[in-house]
Amino acid sequence: MLWRKELPDADLVIRGARVLDPTEGIDARLDVRIDGGTIAEVAERVDANGHRVVEADGLVLAPAFVDPHVHLRTPGREDEETVASGTAAAASGGYCAILAMPNTDPIVDSAATLGALVESARAEAEVPVGFLAAITRGQRGEELTEMGELAETGAVAFSDDGMPVSSAGLMRRALQYASITDRPLALHCEEPTLSHGGHVHEGRVAAELGFAGYPSVAESVAVERDLSLAGYESGRVHVLHLSAAESVDALRRAREAGVAASGEATPHHLVLTDDAVRSLDPNVKMNPPLRAEQDRVALLEAVRDGAIEAIATDHAPHAAHEKEVPFEAAPFGVTGLETAFASLYTHLVEPGELSLETLLERMSAGPARIFGLDRPRVAKGARANLVLLDLEREWTVGEQPFRSRSGNSWLLGSTLKGAVRMTLADGAVAFE
Amino acid sequence: MIRLVTDDLRPPGDPPKRHLLSVGDLTRDDVGRLLGTARTFENSLERHVKKLPTLKGHLIVNVFYESSTRTSSSFELAAKRLSADTLTVKSVGSSVDKGESLKDTALTLGAYDPDVIVIRHPQIGAPQLVARVTDAHVVNAGDGKHQHPTQALLDLYTLREEFGRLEGLHVAIVGDVLHSRVARSLLQAFALVGIRATLVGPPALLPRELPAETTADIEAIRDADVVYVLRMQSERMEAGANFVPSLREYTARWGITPERLRPGQKVMHPGPMNRGIEIDPQVADSPDSLITRQVRSGLVVRMAVLYDVLTGGPVGVKALTAVEVPDAVA
Repeated sequence: MLWRKELPDADLVIRGARVLDPTEGIDARLDVRIDGGTIAEVAERVDANGHRVVEADGLVLAPAFVDPHVHLRTPGREDEETVASGTAAAASGGYCAILAMPNTDPIVDSAATLGALVESARAEAEVPVGFLAAITRGQRGEELTEMGELAETGAVAFSDDGMPVSSAGLMRRALQYASITDRPLALHCEEPTLSHGGHVHEGRVAAELGFAGYPSVAESVAVERDLSLAGYESGRVHVLHLSAAESVDALRRAREAGVAASGEATPHHLVLTDDAVRSLDPNVKMNPPLRAEQDRVALLEAVRDGAIEAIATDHAPHAAHEKEVPFEAAPFGVTGLETAFASLYTHLVEPGELSLETLLERMSAGPARIFGLDRPRVAKGARANLVLLDLEREWTVGEQPFRSRSGNSWLLGSTLKGAVRMTLADGAVAFE
Repeated sequence: MIRLVTDDLRPPGDPPKRHLLSVGDLTRDDVGRLLGTARTFENSLERHVKKLPTLKGHLIVNVFYESSTRTSSSFELAAKRLSADTLTVKSVGSSVDKGESLKDTALTLGAYDPDVIVIRHPQIGAPQLVARVTDAHVVNAGDGKHQHPTQALLDLYTLREEFGRLEGLHVAIVGDVLHSRVARSLLQAFALVGIRATLVGPPALLPRELPAETTADIEAIRDADVVYVLRMQSERMEAGANFVPSLREYTARWGITPERLRPGQKVMHPGPMNRGIEIDPQVADSPDSLITRQVRSGLVVRMAVLYDVLTGGPVGVKALTAVEVPDAVA
């Protein structure tokens, strides 16, 4: 279900790193030998076997990251991102696999469009990439896509991300039909008659600045509705970019009731609140909007205890001229692939709000499990999907050009701690 | 009133520019200084020759992306009274019609080296964008539902002229607070000078998160020294939004009529008025209406703002005496 271009299998020894794989229960200073792209030996001391040796004293070697929510803007807006540039950005951010959303132009709602994307991935993807297909044709929320054929062509899951499926009746039909494909529905939960015209979270900041509010309840009523339907139809659903405390509550209740539901949170919702909007910087404008501190805390708590299993960037590239406009005129969305780990390490792990182990799990094993992908792991016999991290290194976002074609990062100009030194994706060196 | 704009595109080492983007950027001292300067200009306007040479040789560009009568005319007249050169650009009939972005329009106008750009724009944050991409001092003449700082200053000026003080006054702001940049600017300005504010209006038009007393009960205006009536912004009320069931229902419950006012209670309105909707014509024309006084205050306050951003204050009344003597003839 994942594709990338041909790259040589790595023969490599990574020597002396702190190997940290929370799911495998490993945290020790070890050497790792990779033969032909597969992990051949994990031990206190391994022979180089003539391989290139990477001295990794003081670095952390962990399972590489999986991003279940990326916008590659291809087809249609190749000026903003391509399969090549987006996967290069992912590689430099430590990702060994990413999943791309279907809200492109045209929408990925037919086997032909999906097939063409798979071909581009085979030709130019730097790391393995998978594709979601739309739930409804043209994401218009009227008729279902041919999910059976789309799944056979390689769709990992289905989503109308960017648009909610407004009709409860159609959502029910989608849940019923998707069951034949054994693929989850990834849901953008938004009640449009409540969010309509809103630019930022409805709260004190919006009231003071004069922005039309996009209230938390616009998300949570949709989450409640879709989780109720998923329970009724025994469907599998994944709630995208959770932002409100009430939505997190709804997800917890559904999971406790046995609904096959998962959720994700983005780095920006875990780090920022709507206070950031006071800057009027279009690079803090996204959908769903940044919310209040109590929402951020609820998301973080859910990431900690596992009610939210995945951290997703919702990497949404936009052309510079489209963001260099007044806040209200700017499109929603920020980039994130190249900064996700460092932003969360700096703002959550360093201050003690989140453990490094949990962060690594939610960025890798968690999302892989939700979408049925192979779990990146440090174990003999596994394909090398590894990231080498320098937790001491500080860097300033934007000082080096982005690998993404777009620079609409909410972190522009800020200094972060934690840098990716090397990424191995499906056995190949994708970044170093 | 100095505001450092982050993400500044100007060469490093240049001194920060003085802008007036939001009441939130002002201190109580700034307000006192500006009102004092405005008072001095008001005295000068009583002279036979009303033009002052103060800003001779300066270029002030007014860019209006929204229709406006009193704000655009008073900024233009304020600049002319101070002998500045003025240039007024309206979005209709300009390159904006051809789809030019705000950034490019700002860069184009910035190429003439204006000293001040006065901008009104329907979107929040437009003046901040202009301040980032040009070298001019930027004055916000209204950005979307966000801010209208010179309106708040001229209202403070009007109140002070009427009551001789600001601290301790009580003002009821009535109507469509949700869509009102005037109300937002006033609330910040009132907090700076110690005026108590009560917001009165239909529940859906009163954001509950604003730092003020709010009530739907029109009786609450009784205790106020001044009733500040907001325009019912029908152009911002999309069909079917249902903020209120009808304008008729609004007028019946929240319209300001002579019966709802105490004798001698003062009334203000930022204009333009919808007579017969939010304000009864008898109220608008009564001796207790300060509405035309507000317009006159607008002229001298905008003169003070242009003077202040350009001269870098703080400037006392004394320093101004020199320029009060007209050495040039209109």
